[in-house]
Amino acid sequence: MKKILSRIFLLLLFSFVFFAAQSQQRFPKPEFESGYEQPTPTTPEPRSAGMEWADVFVLLAVLSMASWLAIKKRSRKGMIWLSLFTLIYFGFYREGCICSIGSIQNVALAFFDSGYKLSLTVLAFFLLPLIFALFFGRTFCAGACPLGAIQDLIVINPVSIPSWVRKTLDFFPYVYLGFAILFAATGTDFIICRYDPFVGIFRMNAPYIMILLGVAFLFLGMFFARPYCRVFCPYGVLLNWMSKFSKWHMTISPAECIKCKLCEPSCPFDAIEIPVNEKERTESSVRKNLKRFSFYLVLIPVWILAGGFALSKAHVFLSRANPTVYLAEILITHPELKTDTENLDIQTFLESGKSMQELVEEATLIRNKFRRGGWYLGGFLGLVLGIMIMNQFTMRKQEIYEPHKGNCFSCARCIDYCPVEKKK
Amino acid sequence: MAENKKLDRRDFIQKGARITLGASLAGIGIAAATKASAEKYVWQIDPFKCTQCGRCATDCVKNPSAVKCVHAYDLCGYCDLCGGYFKPGANKLETGAENQLCPTAAIERRFIEEPYFEFIIDEELCIGCGKCVKGCGAFGNGSLHLQIRHDLCDNCNECAIARVCPSDAISRIPASQAYIIKGNFTETQES
Repeated sequence: MKKILSRIFLLLLFSFVFFAAQSQQRFPKPEFESGYEQPTPTTPEPRSAGMEWADVFVLLAVLSMASWLAIKKRSRKGMIWLSLFTLIYFGFYREGCICSIGSIQNVALAFFDSGYKLSLTVLAFFLLPLIFALFFGRTFCAGACPLGAIQDLIVINPVSIPSWVRKTLDFFPYVYLGFAILFAATGTDFIICRYDPFVGIFRMNAPYIMILLGVAFLFLGMFFARPYCRVFCPYGVLLNWMSKFSKWHMTISPAECIKCKLCEPSCPFDAIEIPVNEKERTESSVRKNLKRFSFYLVLIPVWILAGGFALSKAHVFLSRANPTVYLAEILITHPELKTDTENLDIQTFLESGKSMQELVEEATLIRNKFRRGGWYLGGFLGLVLGIMIMNQFTMRKQEIYEPHKGNCFSCARCIDYCPVEKKK
Repeated sequence: MAENKKLDRRDFIQKGARITLGASLAGIGIAAATKASAEKYVWQIDPFKCTQCGRCATDCVKNPSAVKCVHAYDLCGYCDLCGGYFKPGANKLETGAENQLCPTAAIERRFIEEPYFEFIIDEELCIGCGKCVKGCGAFGNGSLHLQIRHDLCDNCNECAIARVCPSDAISRIPASQAYIIKGNFTETQES
């Protein structure tokens, strides 16, 4: 009985609070006499989580199919059909979003921001292609990546790029990867998604400049095959590492290579390793190379320090990409902008009741992250550069024609050029 | 014999590197999985933080924007002189285009009974500019507010309007709480 009484009391109290609050409404809700029925606002559901897992399943299926096509079936034709499917499904149907390349940023942010919730499906998109690359090579690039697919299908008249240009361009994906992680980890921006040149085409909708960029990439891609993959793709860096040590990589020849050279021009990506003439390897050249190799090996710490120093010095400039830092800085350097009613960011900040000191503290925290991040990023890029230069003076032993396991996209073009029959 | 040895060494390096890479991949995977959530995340506008700057209409990757005005009828005063519908200083309280605040005439004004009018948002026409929201908030009860409509939203990895939102009103939340529909006035008071 007591319980019921207390409940009634509580109910009364609640309704009192409710009506007291309601009375503060400027215009109370009318009581209709005409039998008007008030509609309720609709809340259309987002795409279900189950569908997201279906995407993971499709990715898994496509990856398996691509690996089978490259390694077992050895069929270029099959690969073309598969990449067409990928282009339609992950490209035009899923509109390029949820993609392994962009997932790097989610994973990076999850490590640096404890408040960030990483979706398991995104983690799966990040890990699956890398695991496959570790066993089968970059079959993701060949068949499961919509960005790769759209570029692969328009390779019309690829030209061979001189090796020094290629090796220089090899450095850029590392830069892109490094900056993407820096910007994601500091909670500044997802540059991979923002500057994805093809997502505008998949969505048939993007800022004018991004569509232009996408079309420019496609046009360039007719001659310089897969420009995004080779010069920019940050995920390609990780795939390259995995694929370099892959267990079963696609081979050009189904049996023993007869060094007929027929496959040499078949690769639009210059990813075929050509046999090295052993006769050129004299004792003096070996010694000279070894000397240079050791010199550049010793130089690596210098590169690391120089890179770290340079980028940590650039942290003030880099951190301006962060909206909070930018706002704080502009308010300090141009206080007169506070009266600029056109500047939405400044006006909203002034109205928000947040104090200038709070903003500056927040901005300083982010800027310090950039300084620390600059050291790591610069050091990493210095290391990569140092290793790349050092590697110029390694003596490779190459006896047969085979794909460069790191750079090869496993697109299976070269397979059709090989005259060797499979041993029965 | 020497050839064999060399091959063995190469194999060994390959295998060692493969195991190292595999292990680090597993490490990253497990470490990330501890921070992961099985739930799907979507973008949401908090109407109590929103300042109707108008960027939802211009910066969303969808054109027209996936942000639409939502009418919380519970809050509506059904005013004849609706601050969300009419321009300040409108000539007449009628549906002429010159009187309307909405640039796309996406609000339908329907007579119910003296002196009440119902206002209905046509989402096909709404561009999410928030002009009506601002008007309703300034002169009325604030029953109009902006929400991301999840049947239209692409759920981009990084929401383009979240990035430019000056009031940090847009955040990532579990899909089970995808909407904040202003209910009754008490909620407004609480927050």
